[in-house]
Amino acid sequence: MNHLSVNHLLGIKQLKKQDIHLIFELADSFKEVLSRPIKKVPTLRDVTVANLFFESSTRTRVSFELAEKRLSSDIVNFSFNSSSVSKGETLIDTANNILAMKVDMIVLRHPYPGAAEFLSNHVNSVIINAGDGSHEHPTQALLDAYSIREKLGSLKNKKILIVGDIKHSRVALSNIFCLKKLGAQVRVCGPSTLLPKFLKDLDVEVSLDLKDSIKWCDVVNILRIQLERQKIKFFPSNREYSMLFGLNKDVLKNLSQEDILIMHPGPINRGVEVTTDVIDSNQSIVLDQVENGVAIRMAVLYLLAANLKK
Amino acid sequence: MSSQSKIILNANQLQLTIHRLSCEIVENLNKKKHTVILGMQPRGVLLAEEIHSLVNNQVEQKIYFGSLDTTFFRDDFRRRKDVLLPHNTSIDFSLEAANVILIDDVLFTGRSIRAGLDALVSFGRPDSVELLVLIDRRFSRELPIQPKYVGKSIDVIDNEHVVVNLTKHNSNVVLSNKEV
Repeated sequence: MNHLSVNHLLGIKQLKKQDIHLIFELADSFKEVLSRPIKKVPTLRDVTVANLFFESSTRTRVSFELAEKRLSSDIVNFSFNSSSVSKGETLIDTANNILAMKVDMIVLRHPYPGAAEFLSNHVNSVIINAGDGSHEHPTQALLDAYSIREKLGSLKNKKILIVGDIKHSRVALSNIFCLKKLGAQVRVCGPSTLLPKFLKDLDVEVSLDLKDSIKWCDVVNILRIQLERQKIKFFPSNREYSMLFGLNKDVLKNLSQEDILIMHPGPINRGVEVTTDVIDSNQSIVLDQVENGVAIRMAVLYLLAANLKK
Repeated sequence: MSSQSKIILNANQLQLTIHRLSCEIVENLNKKKHTVILGMQPRGVLLAEEIHSLVNNQVEQKIYFGSLDTTFFRDDFRRRKDVLLPHNTSIDFSLEAANVILIDDVLFTGRSIRAGLDALVSFGRPDSVELLVLIDRRFSRELPIQPKYVGKSIDVIDNEHVVVNLTKHNSNVVLSNKEV
C-alpha cells in the first residue's frame, strides 16, 4: 500500500495499522532529508497550508511550520488572539474565508473535542488535527510511537506506561490507540480522579501504583497535569501529586529500572510530574521526540497532499 | 521473457560494455579531485556499484560511492495515480567541490536526471557532474540532458520498454513491449 486510507488526519482511531507503518516509512526518508546540509525538498511547492491555532502551542506549531517549510509549501499562520474569532466569527466562517484565498490544507488546533472532524465535514479542504481539546493529538502519538520504534526496534509486546492526567490528555488517548494498533501492551497510571471510565473499553491496564507500574514497563510516557482543562480540584496539591506520581531518580534506582526510556510530550513541569535529574538523563528521549516530530509531520503532509487535485 | 522481447545486450556484451564504461571513467579521472560515483535509485544503483568496484580496482585514489533517491525532487507529484514512495539515499560525505559521476541504467525523457541534478545539490556544490547511462533511448528526450558516457544508444518506440537485468543469474538488457 502506498497511500493512506483516509483523506484527513483527524485521529489515530481512524487510521489502519498499515497507514501508521506507511507514515513511519516515509518519516525515515524525511529524517534522512533533515540530516542533509540543505534540509529542504521542493515537493509541496504548489501547496498552501494554513495553521489555525485556536489554542497556545510551542512545539506542535513550530514543528508543523518547519515541516511545511522543509517541504517548500507556502504557509499562513493564524492565532486566536489576533483574529476576528475574538469578534465572534464562527470556526466554519473563519476556515472558509481562509480557504477562499486558495489555501489547500488546514492544520487545526482547537480547545473543543471533535473540532477537526466537524471542520472536515463542513469545509472543502484537507484537515490535519493538531490537537482537539482532550480528544486526540494524532501527530504526537505518531512521533511518540516512532521514537520508541527507533530506540527499541519494534513496538510489538513492548510494555508502555502512561502516567499522569489521563482524563484531560489528548496525548494519552491518541497514544493508547496508536500503541495498541502496533501491538504494544499499554498501562495507564495516575490518581483515580484523573483516570476516565472509558479506559475499560480501550483494553489497557489501569494502575494506581506508580512503583509497581515502573517495575513493569519498558517505556514510561509522563504527562503534564493539565490545569487549564481542570474546572475543579482533582488532587489536594502539586506536592502530594509529586510524592505519589512524580518520577525521580530514587524511584528508578530503587526499582533497578535505570534503563527504561523516559518520554514526555512537553511542556514539562519540572519538579511536579518528573524531576530534572530524570528528564535530563541519558534515559530521556524527549529531544528525540521533538526532532522526530518534524519528520513525522512531513510524512503526514506529503501523504495527505498527494490526494489534492492538481 | 515473452515472445515480444528482444535482447539488446546479452550477458557477455553487457559485461564488456560495463567494463568499457569503467575504463572510460578511469581515462578521464582527475586525480587531484574528490571523485564520487552516485547511483540513481532504484535501478541505477546496482550498475553504479559494479562500475565503482571496477574503477576502484584500476586506480589508487579513493572513489566515493553513494546512492541517490530523487522522489521528493520529481516534477510529477500529484500528477500520478499512485503516491511516489522514496528509496534509500545514502551519501555520508559532502559533494562540495567534488567531481560527481551520476549513473542510471536507462536515459529516456531526462526528467529523472533533472530531478537527480536538483537532489544532489542538497549535499554540497560539486565542481562538475557527469552523466553515465548504460542505455540511451535516442530521440525521446523532453529536457536538454546529454550523457557523457553511454553504453549503447538505441532507437525505441514509445510503448516499448528497456529492461536492464543485473542479477547473478539473469544479466542482460532486453527490449520488451510489456509494462515493467
